[in-house]
Amino acid sequence: MSLLTVTDLKVSYDGIEALKGINFQVDKGQIVTLIGANGAGKSTILRAISSLVPIKGGSINFDGRDITSLDTVSVVREGIVMVPEGRRVFPNLTVLENLKIGAYLHTNQKEIETNIEHVYQRFPKLKERHWQLAGTLSGGEQQMLAVGRALMARPKLLMMDEPSLGLAPLVVKEIFDIIRRLQQEGITILLIEQNANAALRTSNYAYVLETGRIVMEGPGIELLHDPKITAAYLGQSRQKVQ
Amino acid sequence: MYDFINANLPYLLAGISVGGQYALIAIGYTMVYGILRLINFAHGDVFTAAAYAMVYMNATLPLYISLPLTIIFTVVLGYTVERVAYKPLRSAPRMSIMISAIGVSYLLQNLMWYITGGLAQQYPTIPWISNTVTILTATTKMVTLITPVLTLVLVLLLVQLINHTKIGMAMRAVSKDFETSRLMGIKIDNVISVTFVIGSFLAAIGSMLYFTNYTAVTPTSGAMPGLKAFVAAVFGGIGSIPGAVIGAFIIGIAENIIKAVGLTTFSDAFTFALLIFVLIFKPTGLFGEVTHEKV
Repeated sequence: MSLLTVTDLKVSYDGIEALKGINFQVDKGQIVTLIGANGAGKSTILRAISSLVPIKGGSINFDGRDITSLDTVSVVREGIVMVPEGRRVFPNLTVLENLKIGAYLHTNQKEIETNIEHVYQRFPKLKERHWQLAGTLSGGEQQMLAVGRALMARPKLLMMDEPSLGLAPLVVKEIFDIIRRLQQEGITILLIEQNANAALRTSNYAYVLETGRIVMEGPGIELLHDPKITAAYLGQSRQKVQ
Repeated sequence: MYDFINANLPYLLAGISVGGQYALIAIGYTMVYGILRLINFAHGDVFTAAAYAMVYMNATLPLYISLPLTIIFTVVLGYTVERVAYKPLRSAPRMSIMISAIGVSYLLQNLMWYITGGLAQQYPTIPWISNTVTILTATTKMVTLITPVLTLVLVLLLVQLINHTKIGMAMRAVSKDFETSRLMGIKIDNVISVTFVIGSFLAAIGSMLYFTNYTAVTPTSGAMPGLKAFVAAVFGGIGSIPGAVIGAFIIGIAENIIKAVGLTTFSDAFTFALLIFVLIFKPTGLFGEVTHEKV
């Protein structure tokens, strides 16, 4: 069943069409990935869904409701939460405060406490460092915190913008393990990745973007073995590995 | 020794007192800058408007009504300035908002000229705080003693609010990153409004304490303390609340020491020389953070 349906989505910046009519959907409980080169419009899609950029045309449906014209805060209230590119934890807030601010729209203190405990169980490092300013964490820890912060909002759909960007290979592996675990816990995930190889392996379904258009789609594993994708996005390194 | 204290205590007391008054204004500058990266030039005029509100309301109403009404008026004025002149420019270049701020400043000043006819108005005597007291050998008004105490109490409350409440946490988050704050579900316009409300509230209190020491209000009487509070905020490191408070006390005390040594003519010049000095040698001030352009 489709949780998110994007129909003919168009976005322009300063007269330049960044998205030229995008159609895709995310089914409940799945991991869906958008891959594509820099500037293809991947981030713009997430930003349009979160209402951070104005939408020029098309519609966005979420959980049976039209959310096209909602503002950012209302989109979050609907249950769509983003882990932004570059983590964007609040460096001047402690780890614990970063988690609490993730639950900003929630008022049930007990539930918030429970959720903090859940996040701590998932990321014990964060518990150790709960009093530290988030700005002092390493890149990997900041990414854990960004994910933990997003989970505090109890999202129905978690959108992750380049979660592996700039992280050490070992940490990247850990991030993808987390993504799979989140799926097992029933969270639907819309993922954007440069690391097409790992992303396609992890996702149920994937869309390939090129200059504001979806040019290809299919189950992650199928795309992974598609020669065109291999050539364009996976480079030579993967072939060497195999 | 006794003579020395005798001669200088009044200046020191006056310095601490006026420092507290500058601090209450400076917090408004520094908090707004911390969130919007905007020097709210209209803040000094809001401070003056608070004085006029007191003058006019006290003419017809008893103090226990006119005093809270003045605070409410000032808060509403500060809130309205933000909604009308700054909010529509949220995504405009910073320069546009700054020009808008200068415009609001002149608008308020000229409105005050228009309404008052430019005549100096007698500031009402607030009982008790206008009473005279003698400390050791110095005779002064009660307000001199109350100001630093009240200032510190208000600052402590403010710091509590910022560090230990949900809205305070949101203010700190918004001051770092508008977009991510929105993604957390924070309505940043509300947070910004709260900032202006707090700044105007403190300016209203500061105005009552400040003008108790003076007999008259004119449309430009708030300009000088406003400017000095701004210097204090820059000196302390704009964006930092403790910085603004400490900067304000230092400027207030230094000004009065200069008066004590007989250089009264230069006391204002000192403040602005300090501004130039700070901007050249330590632009981030005492406690200011090095700002990185947001990527």
